[in-house]
Amino acid sequence: MPWTKILAENNKLIDTDIDGDKKAGREITYREALLEAQDQLLANDSKVFVYGEGVDDAGSIFGSTKGLHEKYGIKRVFDTPLSESALTGVAVGAALAGMRPILVHMRMDFLLLTLDQIINHAAIWHYSFSGQIKVPVIIRCIVGRGWGSGPQHSQSLEALLYHVPGLRVYMPATPYDAKGLMMEAVKDGHPTIFIEHRWLYDKKGQVPEAPYSVEKGKGRVVVEGSDVTIVATSLMVHESATAVKKLAEEGIKAELIDLRTIKPLDEDIILKSVAKTGKLVVTDYGWHTGGVASSISCMVSEKGFSSLRKPVKRVTCPDIPTPTAHNLEAAYYPSADDVANAVRELCS
Amino acid sequence: MLTKENKLNMFSTAYRIRRLEEKICEVYGKQEIKTPVHLYIGEEAIATGVSQNLVKEDLIFSTHRSHGHYLAKGGNLKNMVAEFYGKENGCAGGKGGSMHLIDVEAGIPGSTAIVGGGIPIATGAALALQLKGTDKVAVAYFGDGAADEGVLQESMNFAGLKNLPIIFVCENNFYATNSFQMKRHADDNIYKRGECYKVPGELVDGNDVEAVYHTAKKAIERARRGEGPSLIEAKTYRWKGHVGPDEDTNLGHRTNEELEGWKQRCPIKLYREKLFKEGVLDEGSYQNLKREIDNEVEEAFEFAYKSNDVPMENMYKHLF
Ligand SMILES: Cc1ncc(C[n+]2csc(CCOP(=O)(O)OP(=O)(O)O)c2C)c(N)n1
Ligand SMILES: [Mg+2]
Repeated sequence: MPWTKILAENNKLIDTDIDGDKKAGREITYREALLEAQDQLLANDSKVFVYGEGVDDAGSIFGSTKGLHEKYGIKRVFDTPLSESALTGVAVGAALAGMRPILVHMRMDFLLLTLDQIINHAAIWHYSFSGQIKVPVIIRCIVGRGWGSGPQHSQSLEALLYHVPGLRVYMPATPYDAKGLMMEAVKDGHPTIFIEHRWLYDKKGQVPEAPYSVEKGKGRVVVEGSDVTIVATSLMVHESATAVKKLAEEGIKAELIDLRTIKPLDEDIILKSVAKTGKLVVTDYGWHTGGVASSISCMVSEKGFSSLRKPVKRVTCPDIPTPTAHNLEAAYYPSADDVANAVRELCS
Repeated sequence: MLTKENKLNMFSTAYRIRRLEEKICEVYGKQEIKTPVHLYIGEEAIATGVSQNLVKEDLIFSTHRSHGHYLAKGGNLKNMVAEFYGKENGCAGGKGGSMHLIDVEAGIPGSTAIVGGGIPIATGAALALQLKGTDKVAVAYFGDGAADEGVLQESMNFAGLKNLPIIFVCENNFYATNSFQMKRHADDNIYKRGECYKVPGELVDGNDVEAVYHTAKKAIERARRGEGPSLIEAKTYRWKGHVGPDEDTNLGHRTNEELEGWKQRCPIKLYREKLFKEGVLDEGSYQNLKREIDNEVEEAFEFAYKSNDVPMENMYKHLF
C-alpha cells in the first residue's frame, strides 16, 4: 500500500553495508530476491503455487510477486477473496494432498485471523500423527511501519509464532537470505512463517542467480567484536549495524549477530559470542514482554550464566499498541541510538 | 414522508462529506497528514441515507473507509480532522489516525481497519441494546471485500438466531483494493446471503440518497420493533484509488470509462438536481448552504492545524 512506500523511500536506515555471505557478482534488492526465489520455485517444482490478496495486481505485494501470474498462469498464482482463515486451511489441505503452497499477507496483522489454522492445525499435524505426514506450507507476511500505519497495520508478531512448537519462523534481513531461506522453507517441508519487513524491500545485496538455500537455525556473525554481543533479526540487524559503527568510533568493539531464523534458533552462535564478550544486548521489533528477546535472554541465563558479566539488556518496542501520531510513532520504534545506548550502559 | 428539512439535512450531510474529502485531496500532497486516507468520494449517499434514520443512541461500526459514516452519524468534524493530523485534539487523541475514528457521544464507539472486524462487534452491540431493553439499533458498515470474510456469515446467523436489532450495510463498490468483486465471489448476490439465517436482504442503488433512506428506514424500523436483523447491499463506486487522493485507472484493474460512467451518476449531483426540480433547493439557497459547509470544513482544518501535537507523555497513557 502506498502509504508505507512514502516512508520506505525516504528512510535512511537501510543504507548499511551488511550483505549476504557470498560475493555473487550481482546486486539485487530484497524485493527482487523474493520474486526470484518464488519464480525459480514455481519453475522447478510443479507442486508450488503462490496465492494471496493482491498477488496479481499492479502493486503485486510491493513488487515481490510481479509478473508471476502472467508467467505461470492464474491457476498457480492467484488473487483470493478476503477470507484469510479459510485460505490458510486451504493451504494446509493442499499441502496434505501433496502441494507446496505459498500464501502471502500484505500485513502480518492479517495473519491474526488465521491463527487457528496455523497453531491448531498446521503446527500440530506432523507431531500428532507421529510423523506420518508433513505440512509444507509457507506463509509470507510483511511487517509494516510508518506513515501512521497505526495499531492494525504494523505489528511484528514473531513472538506469538515463536512460542508455538511445530512451526518454523524465518526473518531474513538481507536479499541473500530472503532468497535462500525461501528456498530452504520449501525444501524443508514444514510449516514456515516467513516474516519480511517492509522497510527492507529496497535494500540491495549480493544474490547468486542460481537457486541455493540458506541453512535454517544458523545465525551469522555480521561484524566481529570482543566487547559486547548484539543479537538482532530483520530490520533490527540494520539498525544494530548502524549502532556498531557509531560504537566503533567510541572504541567499543561490538559483535553483531543476525539470527536469520528464530525457529530453529542458533543458540550456539549466541552462547559462543557471549562466552567471548560477557555482555549481551538482544533486540527485536516485538513488544518487550514475552518477546523473542526475552526468551533469548532467558536461554543465555540458563545456558551461559557463567559467561555473563552484566545483566542482559533488551531493546524492543514498548508494551503498547503502535500509536499513529507521527511523533509518538517515531519514538515508539527501537532505533540504532537505542541499541547504542544499551551497549554504552553495559560497557561503562 | 421526507420533509423539506430532512431533505436539506441529507443534502448537507452528503455535501459535507464530499467537501471534507476534497479538502483532504487538496492538502494531502503537503505530507502533513501522516496517515493513510481511504476516501469515500462517490459513496456519500449510503451513510447519508442510513444515518438520516438514526438517533444519537443508535450505534454504528465502521471500517478503514470511515469518514463518511462518522460525519453522517454526527461525529465531530474538527476532532476528526485533528485526528488526521495526529494532534492532541484528535477524536482518538492522535493515537488512531483516519482509520480509527471515534465519537462516543455521537454513537460511534470506534472504527476498525481489519476487514470484517467491525461486523461481529456491531452484532455484540446489538445484543447489548436488546438486553438493555431499548429500541435502539446497531449498524455494521462493511465493503464487498468484507463480505468475503466468514465472520459475516457467523454474525448474520447469530443475529438471526437472537433476532438482534442490527442492520448489516454492505457498500458494494465492486472492488476490494484492486480486486474486482467477481474475481472473489462465486455469484453476485451479497444481499441474498442472509436469507438462510433469517436476515432478509435488499439491494439498493447506493448512489441515490433517498432510495437508501427508504430501504434503511424499513430495516431500521423493523429492528426497532424487535423483528430482527436485515442486510442491505448498496451498489456504488469509489472514485479514488483504494487509499490516498489519486485516481487509479492507470493501474489496469479498472477503466477510465467505468469511472467516468459512475461520475455521471455522482450521488451529490443527482440529489442536487432532484432537489432543484422539487423546489427544495434553488441556486441561492444552494450557494448559501455550500458556503456555510465550505467554511465549516476550512475551520476544521484550521482548528486541526493549530492544535497541539500529542504530548510525548501520552505515549504511556491509557495503559493498564
Ligand atoms: C483482514 C484483513 N485483510 C486484508 C486487509 C487489507 N485491506 C484493507 S482494506 C481492503 C479492501 C477492503 O475492501 P472492501 O471491504 O470492499 O472495502 P472498500 O475498501 O472497498 O471500501 C483490504 C484487502 C485488512 N485490512 N484486513
Ligand atoms: Mg469494496
